[in-house]
Amino acid sequence: MTVMTPPYRSELSSGRDGFGQLLHAEWTKFRTVRGWIIGLVIGLIAMAGLGLITAGGAQSSCQGQGGSARSGAACMPSFPLGPAGEPVNDSFYFVHQPLTGDGTITVRVTSMTGLLPSANAQPGSAGPASTGDTRPGLYPWAKAGIIIKENLNQGSAYAAMMVAADNGVRMQWNYTGDTPGQPGAVGPANPRWLRLTRSGDVITGYESADGTHWTQVGAVTLSGLPSAVQVGLFAASPQYTVKSQAFAGTGTIGLGPTQVTAVFDHVSGVGDAWTGADIGRPEDYPGFGDYHQAGGRFTVTGTGDIAPIPEGHGGDADSALTVSEFLVGTFAGLIALGVVAALFITAEYRRNLIRVTFAASPRRGRVLAAKAVVVAAVSFVVGVLGAAAGVLLGTAIAHARGYYVFPVSGATEVKVIIGTGLFAAVAAVLALAIGAIVRRGAAAVAIVIVAIAVPIFLAISAALPLGAADWVLRVTPAAGIALQQAYTQYGQVAGVIYSPLSGYYPLSWWAGLLVMCAWAAAALAGAAYLLRRRDA
Amino acid sequence: MEATIEVAGLRKRFGPAVALDGMSFTVLPGQVTGFVGPNGAGKSTTMRVILGLDAADEGAALIGGQPYATLRHPLNHVGALLDAAALQPSRSARNHLLWLAHSQGLTGRRADELLTLTGLESVAKRKAGGYSLGMRQRLGIAAALLGDPPVLMMDEPFNGMDPEGIAWMRSFLRGLAAEGRAVLVSSHLMSELQDTADHLVVVGRGRVIADKSVADLIAAASGDRVQLRTAAPAEAMTVLAHAGGTVAALAADLLTVSGLSSTRIVAALTASHVPFSEVSAHRASLEEAYMELTRDSVEFHAGASS
Repeated sequence: MTVMTPPYRSELSSGRDGFGQLLHAEWTKFRTVRGWIIGLVIGLIAMAGLGLITAGGAQSSCQGQGGSARSGAACMPSFPLGPAGEPVNDSFYFVHQPLTGDGTITVRVTSMTGLLPSANAQPGSAGPASTGDTRPGLYPWAKAGIIIKENLNQGSAYAAMMVAADNGVRMQWNYTGDTPGQPGAVGPANPRWLRLTRSGDVITGYESADGTHWTQVGAVTLSGLPSAVQVGLFAASPQYTVKSQAFAGTGTIGLGPTQVTAVFDHVSGVGDAWTGADIGRPEDYPGFGDYHQAGGRFTVTGTGDIAPIPEGHGGDADSALTVSEFLVGTFAGLIALGVVAALFITAEYRRNLIRVTFAASPRRGRVLAAKAVVVAAVSFVVGVLGAAAGVLLGTAIAHARGYYVFPVSGATEVKVIIGTGLFAAVAAVLALAIGAIVRRGAAAVAIVIVAIAVPIFLAISAALPLGAADWVLRVTPAAGIALQQAYTQYGQVAGVIYSPLSGYYPLSWWAGLLVMCAWAAAALAGAAYLLRRRDA
Repeated sequence: MEATIEVAGLRKRFGPAVALDGMSFTVLPGQVTGFVGPNGAGKSTTMRVILGLDAADEGAALIGGQPYATLRHPLNHVGALLDAAALQPSRSARNHLLWLAHSQGLTGRRADELLTLTGLESVAKRKAGGYSLGMRQRLGIAAALLGDPPVLMMDEPFNGMDPEGIAWMRSFLRGLAAEGRAVLVSSHLMSELQDTADHLVVVGRGRVIADKSVADLIAAASGDRVQLRTAAPAEAMTVLAHAGGTVAALAADLLTVSGLSSTRIVAALTASHVPFSEVSAHRASLEEAYMELTRDSVEFHAGASS
């Protein structure tokens, strides 16, 4: 029965063996299981949907003048906007005169004193100047100094040299710019000399301890500054706020205005025709600012601040909707994507299909890599679409319903949308790697939820105290949420709690991405090792 | 590349259980090699080791002289059907073949060719989870043949098939071998391989008991026995015993004789005037041969070598 047949030769030719073919195969696998495509759609809906519900269901209430209750659009705050379009505080006492063309102003600051609400003051009390309910003291970010400002309108361009009570000499410009000079408090024994020079659009700030030896603090360009501007002395002291931390969340409590009184002398480089103005004070609001001039000595008293309004800052800004709120569904979307990514490999183990896969592609690390690329790519797309829908539609819905959305630039919107895509992509790779390690769908899904979604949920839902929430978002895979950072933290703005709850994440976007990638890389390496070592 | 499977000295333990205990054999092209043994004899484990899915503790398995893991586009070298249920149930048959094709640099057209070849084209777009076991076996065969490989390996392909399917499978396997392919087919039932296999590797307890062509195996089981039909069995037994033969009764009128050629039997009976109606070579069935071998393996497993 031994038949001598020549060995078989195939006519089939399949070309080179490349990673692209493996990728093609894994993509074909992925797209041909309807349940996984449905999972992606659920992820998309979850990601965008919760934010849209927030936008569509927002309720806000406030008290109008005379205590009448208001809600909805009537509560929409109107902030002055800075030159870059960001909401700003711009209220201070300004002793000013016009300046045309180039020029210089030099002063000496010899003292800063102030008033704070008394320790037992209640939130919302009318303030130190109108009641006796005060105590002496300087607010850390009380400011006094010299300023060159486009005009007297709130939000106009400016550059200023100042002494900040606890924060030394600073040069600040256009609300967000802040460069520190010498530290230390000002007083009769250690006065500070300040100088601003305008030359075209460029304003240069200097400081000196003795009026002889000058140090440049900074030079800034205020593009399009008109020839005629206002120059003068200013004083401002921000709202007194207390940070509160509680198990159920964090917040700031405003306890009323504070006040600063600064004494200037050796004013030179400008004329003598001064005018005092309370910039940005509503007409019906009792004014706290004032100035006296005696000889060459100016005593300027003011309240308020010249600074950006960060999202989550107390007051009117708290009623604003935020881009971060529109992305609140991210954790739910990541659960759906994580489940799909984990099942992409655990389903093969469940049916022994993994043996068919590894028989077709014996290099198992490459199979894992191809799967990772596929889940990363589809999750990136879902993340981008979900975030785009959440941010753009959420903003549109909120605006249509008359709600204020704390503004972000177009570039920030793009950054947040792409960032959400990256966040989702890396999360999916992590979920896949966990699936490859544990090989069981239910266990993998549980780990994915605990590793990614639960930390996000805990941090942004204020279930954790502030410090703990920050640490959770530093060290867990949820650190990737930093890619959704929409708002800038300003060190020069006091009384703000930069917490995950209000959309501030403790890491920069790249550090968050790095932490998350480190987790994913470690899990992938472990998965690749186990895949090679274990029998399929 | 040579169309062969070479297995040499495979040993593997799963914890305390010895799965492979020096498994060695070679599968040659142009014939169907039956891989037979009771459940648990190490057939599936051997096949997984050949495919690089399980790692052996010792020994080597080569496809055409190469370890499986070094093959590029392995489905062009070996097609295997290990488990017909290894499917994503919600994926259609065509899509199952499609991703496999893509992984080997092949196109959807090749997948369609195999759906036609295995008679699945009418159900190709249905979810594979709804397939009968027979349909899954056909899909598994389509997957194994996707790369048109010179070596084929099937683990229990007859399982769950109806008689019609078994007949189809037999002729299919024979056709593949006739094209010059090496075909290794495992089964725990020797009867399934009757009329299919040319060569048999019989295994028990993780090692080879017999590695012979079907003809040799039957001849060995048959011995050199001659079957004799006679109306006078008692006289015939006496005469043949005197002539130096060993005689056993199979039935009232049927004897088997060993130690004597049929010519001498006829001469002796004729000389003594004992009547007989038929003298023929005794031929054992494959099942009989297999039972004898595995019984021996149970008896001699400690000292057997291959």
